[in-house]
Amino acid sequence: MTEFFQSWGLPYEWAWGIATVAGILLIALPLMLAVAMVIYAERRMWAAFALRRGPNVVGPFGLLQSFADGLKVMLQETIIPSAANKGIFLIAPIITFTVALMAWAVIPFNSGAVLADINVGLLYVLAISSLGVYGVVMAGWASNSKYPFFSAMRAAAQMISYEVSIGFILICVVLWAGTFNMNEIVKAQQGALFGVLNGFAFIPLLFPMWVLFLISSMAETARTPFDLTEAESELVAGYQTEYSSMAFALYWLGEYANVLLMCTLNAVLFWGGWLPPVDWAPLYLVPGVVWLLLKTFVFFFIFAWVKATVPRFRYDQLMRLGWKIFLPLSLIFVVLVSGWLMFTRYGVAA
Amino acid sequence: MIQTLAFYIFASLVIASAVMVIMSRNPVHSVLWLIVAFFNAAGLMVLVGAEFIAMLLVIVYVGAVAVLFLFVVMMLDIDFAELRAGFVKNFPLGLAIALVLLAEMVMGLGAYKAGGMQLGTPDGTAAAAVGASNIKAIGALLYSKYLFLFESAGIILLVAMIGAIVLTHRQRGDTRGQVISRQVARRPEEATVNTQPEVGKGVQL
Repeated sequence: MTEFFQSWGLPYEWAWGIATVAGILLIALPLMLAVAMVIYAERRMWAAFALRRGPNVVGPFGLLQSFADGLKVMLQETIIPSAANKGIFLIAPIITFTVALMAWAVIPFNSGAVLADINVGLLYVLAISSLGVYGVVMAGWASNSKYPFFSAMRAAAQMISYEVSIGFILICVVLWAGTFNMNEIVKAQQGALFGVLNGFAFIPLLFPMWVLFLISSMAETARTPFDLTEAESELVAGYQTEYSSMAFALYWLGEYANVLLMCTLNAVLFWGGWLPPVDWAPLYLVPGVVWLLLKTFVFFFIFAWVKATVPRFRYDQLMRLGWKIFLPLSLIFVVLVSGWLMFTRYGVAA
Repeated sequence: MIQTLAFYIFASLVIASAVMVIMSRNPVHSVLWLIVAFFNAAGLMVLVGAEFIAMLLVIVYVGAVAVLFLFVVMMLDIDFAELRAGFVKNFPLGLAIALVLLAEMVMGLGAYKAGGMQLGTPDGTAAAAVGASNIKAIGALLYSKYLFLFESAGIILLVAMIGAIVLTHRQRGDTRGQVISRQVARRPEEATVNTQPEVGKGVQL
């Protein structure tokens, strides 16, 4: 895009600056719209799972429900508890929201359609997602209240635990793709199985890793069945208890942006991103963005499905699953995958 | 121009937040300023082209180490008056540490300028291997030339980790631990009994 602005006669720095800002807006604005629609879609799906009607009053089919909620929240009063640590209390939701947007910079939407096509794309995603915990921890501490604090402690332990196994799972993907660059990872998935199916998840050795990644991504975004940070029967609303108005809305937007990000990562890392599922020429006529959005929505449906049907874990079960099952399993698969690649692709050194 | 501007922004933010780490009275604020400092240091690493180091800095220090710091600081009940009382007593020690750090920095810079070690030239021309990305260059070096050092560092860390677990883990006899497999294997028939007691009589279990 920089070249396009340079063709208007702008110097490189200005063209780069304008192109970057335009790129950010081009991702962030549709993302916010997507979050609003996805919240509506998810409420409709839960309603269907529970044989209820769901939001169907505001606008046609209730489509405008999220916007009505947004307007309501914006008109509410921002309440700051008198004992709260004011600065951190206000910064915390902003951090959650910003971090949720930042990771989208390296997501490839089509061949070459990336805001930041960096060498260490996947590491960048890991780095940004590890920042996400600060919004929660800061909120829990700054609220100066018991339930948010418990919730913050839980969130920190949970996110750190599952990041470890996510790291090992991603190492398997990186080993197979041979690169950290997100766009290259997608390209490496072309014809992954017998040159026909596009996607690492079709490879028998990587399919279990995808299952682990799907479950870990639910734990990482603190969704049911792992939503112990906001378990309403124990902690009221967890770290969000003291928040109201736009600060509360920022948490909601950030949470759903994170969920969408994890769904997109599932699609990009394991199911071929913007590639069609089958390596067949006519399918390439459909734009890559459409494939990516379709795959993302399938994973979002799985997330909603799980949230509607699976009961919440106990905290010790959660920790056990992360440390005693996922960690050894993913570690074994790192060894298996690298061993397999040494035998088949690189050859064993004499 | 962008690089220069970015460098001054990152550098001044690192220094400012490092000062705030020391100056802020609330230890939680100190840790949060420390995180800002780490983050901006990562930005400086990106500027010199070491994007791998930058990402590791964020993942390891911001994502793991600082979270544990924050954990400890939040859980502790810290007496601020007592913290500041030891200032005069600890002043000589602090001064000594500062002098040592200053001397190390001067020596390091001197050695770098003299070009004594073959790691890179002062003007930065030989800093990175040509035509290879950061990760590939580091990987090729770590897993060939420095393989022994790398592996032994891993073993030392593993030993330290196991040591810490062994030292802190104590088996208490009076707790009732859970056997997850038994919980999973339990069926309703074993756990519940249906009885029809006569009116006025209790149930003997």
